[in-house]
Amino acid sequence: MDTAISAKELTKWFGEGDLRTYAVKEVSFDAYFGEILFVVGPSGSGKTTLLSMISGILRPDSGTVNVDHVDIWSLTPDQIAEFRLNKVGFVFQDYHLFPRLTTAENVAIPLILKKKDWNESIRDAEHYLDVVGLKNKAQLAPVKLSGGEQQRVAIARALVAQPDLLIFDEPTASLDGDTGRRIMEFVKNRILNDSRCILIVTHDSRIFEYADRIMRMEDGKTVGIEKRADH
Amino acid sequence: MKGILKIAFKLLVNDKGKYAALLVGITFAVFLMVQMISIFSGILIKSSSTVINLGADMWVMDPAVNNVASSIPLPDYVLDAVRSIEGVNYAVPLYSGAALVKLRNGIFQPVTILGLDDHSLFGRPELIEGEIEDIYAENAFIVVQDAEVRKLGHPTVGTEFELNDHRGVIVGIAKVGASGLFGLPTLYTTYSKAIQYIPSPRFTISYILVEPKSPEAVTHIESEVRRLGYLALTKDEFMEKIANFYKYQTGLGTNILIMTAVSFLVGLSISGQTFYTFILENLEKFGALKAIGAKGRELIYMILFQAAFTALVGYGLGVGLCVLIIVLAKIRVPEYSATVTFTTLAFAFVMVLIIAAISSYIGIRKVLKIEPFDIFRG
Repeated sequence: MDTAISAKELTKWFGEGDLRTYAVKEVSFDAYFGEILFVVGPSGSGKTTLLSMISGILRPDSGTVNVDHVDIWSLTPDQIAEFRLNKVGFVFQDYHLFPRLTTAENVAIPLILKKKDWNESIRDAEHYLDVVGLKNKAQLAPVKLSGGEQQRVAIARALVAQPDLLIFDEPTASLDGDTGRRIMEFVKNRILNDSRCILIVTHDSRIFEYADRIMRMEDGKTVGIEKRADH
Repeated sequence: MKGILKIAFKLLVNDKGKYAALLVGITFAVFLMVQMISIFSGILIKSSSTVINLGADMWVMDPAVNNVASSIPLPDYVLDAVRSIEGVNYAVPLYSGAALVKLRNGIFQPVTILGLDDHSLFGRPELIEGEIEDIYAENAFIVVQDAEVRKLGHPTVGTEFELNDHRGVIVGIAKVGASGLFGLPTLYTTYSKAIQYIPSPRFTISYILVEPKSPEAVTHIESEVRRLGYLALTKDEFMEKIANFYKYQTGLGTNILIMTAVSFLVGLSISGQTFYTFILENLEKFGALKAIGAKGRELIYMILFQAAFTALVGYGLGVGLCVLIIVLAKIRVPEYSATVTFTTLAFAFVMVLIIAAISSYIGIRKVLKIEPFDIFRG
């Protein structure tokens, strides 16, 4: 498998002097196209900070991140924004859907940011809503949808620009067990493909079975990467 | 860019409560500002109505005159002296004063009397009834058809009245560009008849109306009149002098200025606060947009668009409301003085842009500070 992400000696700290705390310390790993990599660990172990550095959101204090062979932190701020827009799809823990826009408009946002024509963007958004099984909800406001449906809208939004890298932050944290498993089945069977790498930050051990590999973190460091026996 | 502005538009107008509050703030501010200044503009125009209506290019007066209604009589020799100044095409006397007329029903009514030069009738109004030559008839007066004429009992040609025990008769009905400030009906007659009918001091010329031979002669005429110890002003200069009197010597201008400033501050605080709350409520969403890949300048455009759109709609509503109220007020109270000028509209427009700029500046600062990492972290 081709390398999608190559992180080397990534370090991030907050505070200065005696107050300096390492959120992530000298973490190195590779992730590959066609795999789902879980990043797991207790609260404060540095999972979200690590994913933020990999996705071009938070600049590391040292170390490098290559995504598809591009050192993203050597880019200008505008280029990094372009990188996030074109290469990364985010599914936030709280979804962050716009309540004043329709579901289709929410999904179309990445395309609109890419300056695609409004009507075309909405058409593409409706296609991805169809993919996640919500085509009939396209004109509804997100607040009228259930938690699981909102999660799927967020997934459609992350997919609509066809990114190489998909990042899920606690995707099942606010869902019941059945809905969480259905979402993960959907991600595994419909979203993952050979030209896409999916990173999932989670506490939820009920969904570990969907991982190809699991990277465990503690106190800002990697304590091990295990490959799932059945994958 | 069009797409992202459409998102901004939908985020704004679909939040109906906030949008309504924003509009109310700006509409209220614009309404108050335009209303205040329009009332003042109306007062200023009315205060210069005689100057506007008579249309003379230059006015000669006593230097102590500060508004057209408070004339100080000039000696007759000043008229001769002005006529002899090089560059003067012609100069004529004007009588301007107040008098009490007794109507046929026994009621006394104060009026403004304007006595026009007997030979030229310079400054005569446009007649809508009667012939101008009839002004030379015995006891003849021309009444102005304006908001005040009803105080004379809606006179027609032939209506009679008394003026200082003299019989007066209406021989014509005229229309003028602007009616007076003090709510008095206006009667035109000849200069000689005016000084004959109205008790006068030793000097009887209120103003000398001058027609210069060319615009270049104005400066020379002004300096020559100054050497005589009097003051010559162009029409615009005289109107400015009158306006300055009402602005700075009556307290009216200061009060209007204070009210306008208060209106601005009220509008700024309502819309600024509401816009800030709107931004705060959407802050996480702006952060999410940043995380997805929106650039800082795109978020700035969104906020500026929202602020500018609200400001323009509020401006339109405020001006519309103000005009509506002025029109309704004028139907009910004909002498109501308020005039919406282009200067007033431009001023209010600039003020509303300042409100929008300050409101959006606060929002932009907030949005630029939000880090996508904060959104990720929850």
